[in-house]
Amino acid sequence: MSLRMSFAVTFFLLSFSLSSLAQEAHVGNLTGNVKRGKALYQRYCIFCHGTYGDGRGESAPYLDPKPRDFTKATFKCRSTPSGSLPLDSDLYDTISRGIHATGMPSWKPLTRQERVDLVAYIKSFSPRFQEEKPATPVVIPPEPTTSPESVKRGAELFQTMNCWLCHGKEGRGNGPSASSLTDSKGNPITPFDLSSGAHFKCGDTDQGLFRDLTTGIDGTPMPSFSDALKPDQIWDVVHYIHTLRASNKSKPGQTQAEPKAE
Amino acid sequence: MATRYILGVITAALVLSLAAYVPVGAAGSADAGAAGSLSGTAKIEGATLKPTRIDMSSDPNCSKAHSTPATTEEVVIGPNNGLANVIIYVADGLGDRTFEPPQQPAVIEQKGCQYKPHVVALQTNQKLNVVNSDDTTHNIHPMPNNNREWNKTQPHGMPVEESFAREEIAIPVKCNVHPWMRGYIAVFKHPYFVVTDKDGNFDLKDLPPGTYTIKAWQEKFGTLSQKVTVGTGESKTLEFVFKAGS
Repeated sequence: MSLRMSFAVTFFLLSFSLSSLAQEAHVGNLTGNVKRGKALYQRYCIFCHGTYGDGRGESAPYLDPKPRDFTKATFKCRSTPSGSLPLDSDLYDTISRGIHATGMPSWKPLTRQERVDLVAYIKSFSPRFQEEKPATPVVIPPEPTTSPESVKRGAELFQTMNCWLCHGKEGRGNGPSASSLTDSKGNPITPFDLSSGAHFKCGDTDQGLFRDLTTGIDGTPMPSFSDALKPDQIWDVVHYIHTLRASNKSKPGQTQAEPKAE
Repeated sequence: MATRYILGVITAALVLSLAAYVPVGAAGSADAGAAGSLSGTAKIEGATLKPTRIDMSSDPNCSKAHSTPATTEEVVIGPNNGLANVIIYVADGLGDRTFEPPQQPAVIEQKGCQYKPHVVALQTNQKLNVVNSDDTTHNIHPMPNNNREWNKTQPHGMPVEESFAREEIAIPVKCNVHPWMRGYIAVFKHPYFVVTDKDGNFDLKDLPPGTYTIKAWQEKFGTLSQKVTVGTGESKTLEFVFKAGS
């Protein structure tokens, strides 16, 4: 009896600690706490993302694109392959950076600890974070210097990979399929206007652009090119996209610093 | 009092944990010798729907693959009002049986910028091979509610192999660059499902004896349901009649 009881106690404690472990978040040397994250969420995030994390907060009807539905655990900005859960650091980066041209601001005014706490709480909305592990993040090799040849190869790939069907022949977001596009919730979504020179949604570095092309932007029509193109070819496309940008503030082939929020 | 409460919680946790393991131990598969079968037809009543032409002019590689204009496959009606692309499946009655996925993969082909077959059904964790036979680049993008959502660019000839971990009937599939493309992937945790052929006929084989809820799913007309008891070695006939406009 006492043996069975001690087994039960061990099992109970073990399963309890395992489930709470899965709800934690780790970024660098910081560990996020779900309880603290919940308090922060209810103060800062609930109006858009909603009480249940389903993206149906009070302000959601007025926003386009719609706030993320955390219960699906499908995230746009990741370092992991299409279909994979994001890393904790991916969610942390999105909270820190914000998503340009959407209602999602940068939360750098919060402390790093607070942002990691939020990551822990956001993960608690989907059971997937306890059932699955994020896949291995994509490798971003060093960027080769741009050249007219690289840009030309990129232009050809932009054509053959059918990028233009959505983004348009000149990258203006006006391709023949553009008006048909919806996100995975069925809401209309427009392809990014590559000629605008606006900040890219998941970070405005060449490495960020390489990552977006490799992982795809999950929950949107933008697919992953990880199996379709070799790394050198993806760099060619990055170099070509630079030539489409009207106010080309970043020099092609060079890494641009993350815009500072402070 | 507090101690008794804690003991109660611990006991409950133990019972729950044991209960969770029981179905795994009771796993089994059908006795092939005693298996029955269900065959029949899915039909549509009152439909005047005709397939409509698809404009593929935005991508000449798609339009030139068709000698006559391609048509939609949302509703495909054969002779005697037989309805194609209907999934007939066991929705209830298999109890706690669990099933291993088959070794051979299910296949979905992109041909003439359409999905062939238009509706594909497979088991959880069974491999799905996606083939691009077209001279253009597609992106294959299933949009599940209960599975991982992924979206991959696929040039001609590139292999794509994926699988789905959870049952879901059915997952819409899109190619975002070719907006007319639409198909469905249905995922079952058992092997008792079949998709009706172009005449609306189906044959559900190797069904262990039992009482089942059999459902018929069609992308536009929804789901119909029937109860049926299959005896040892028995072959029964079923008919599902969808009503257009209902």
